Amino acid sequence: MKQKNPIWSAFLAAFPCTIPVLTGYAFLGMALGIYMSVAGFSVWLTLLMGLAIYAGSLEFLAVSILVAPYAPLQTFIVSLMLQARHLFYGITLLEKYKDSGWKKPYLIHAITDETFSINCTAEVPEHVDRVWFYFFTSLLDHSYWVIASIIGGVLGNLIPFNSEGLDFVMTAMFVVIMLEQWLKDDDHSSAWIGLIASVGCLMIFGPDNFLIPTMICILAALTVLRKIKTKVVGDIK
Amino acid sequence: MTLPQILITLAMCALATAITRFLPFLIFSSKRPTPQFVLYLGKVLPGAIFSMLVVYCLKNVTPLQYSYGLPELIAILLTAGLHLWKRQILLSIAAGTVCYMLLIQMVFVA
Repeated sequence: MKQKNPIWSAFLAAFPCTIPVLTGYAFLGMALGIYMSVAGFSVWLTLLMGLAIYAGSLEFLAVSILVAPYAPLQTFIVSLMLQARHLFYGITLLEKYKDSGWKKPYLIHAITDETFSINCTAEVPEHVDRVWFYFFTSLLDHSYWVIASIIGGVLGNLIPFNSEGLDFVMTAMFVVIMLEQWLKDDDHSSAWIGLIASVGCLMIFGPDNFLIPTMICILAALTVLRKIKTKVVGDIK
Repeated sequence: MTLPQILITLAMCALATAITRFLPFLIFSSKRPTPQFVLYLGKVLPGAIFSMLVVYCLKNVTPLQYSYGLPELIAILLTAGLHLWKRQILLSIAAGTVCYMLLIQMVFVA
């Protein structure tokens, strides 16, 4: 009988889950690499950004920050605000990433919207080591991003077909994951809270400043929701 | 900017990002039991987060100006409809993306 290597089977389980991210990151990563080289930065800086920051929206923003006058403190604050949504991901992944040993720092460093979505919703098969599965989705996604941005930086505008709209792959992925989460949950109040809070805040604060108010509204609404629920349960008892 | 300034700027981005990623794990370390409220948040947050991420992807859609968000709406309906029908994650994503690309390249040409 063939011996199955647990690491290899985790890799085999993880890879298919990352294919949508591969498509999306290949496109967005290349776009970033091209953007960086057009702005006149060396591909080494693109590599450094991909390894150390590894966050699409912030890296795009970083290009415009780098061509503007030097303002490190402002850069720090803007980055904190833009990335604050990671706090939510961390809270959600606390239990899943518990007991992940030496892999934990890397798992945390490699949290992105997409990797979080996979690791938060994926149903890891019974025979597969969960931590190795999380590790491979994280590592694969990270490699796609870094490699694509380097290819973009080196080759520039050589994409042989009209790729306009390809970035929609990320939207489609989040729609599918939202739907899967919806079908899994019995209680949809949290999804509604998220939807109403983000649409409301988007209308009030505009596309560039709505994430932080949205997160505050979601936290407040979920806190109130818990109070109501425990009260109802308490009343029944 | 000079090279050291560029590197410091990038370090600021990396530091801020690392703080947002590591903070929850540092505050609620596995040595102490995690507060009930945080465990509750960990369970209910995903529902709200995925709604937020979909809206975040669509934040630059202009429903009141051309193309009125129609390509996005059609492609999302196709993605969701196909997914409810077949439950094949990759198929739904691929079909939705190709549909969107065709729509903005051929139908709703700016």
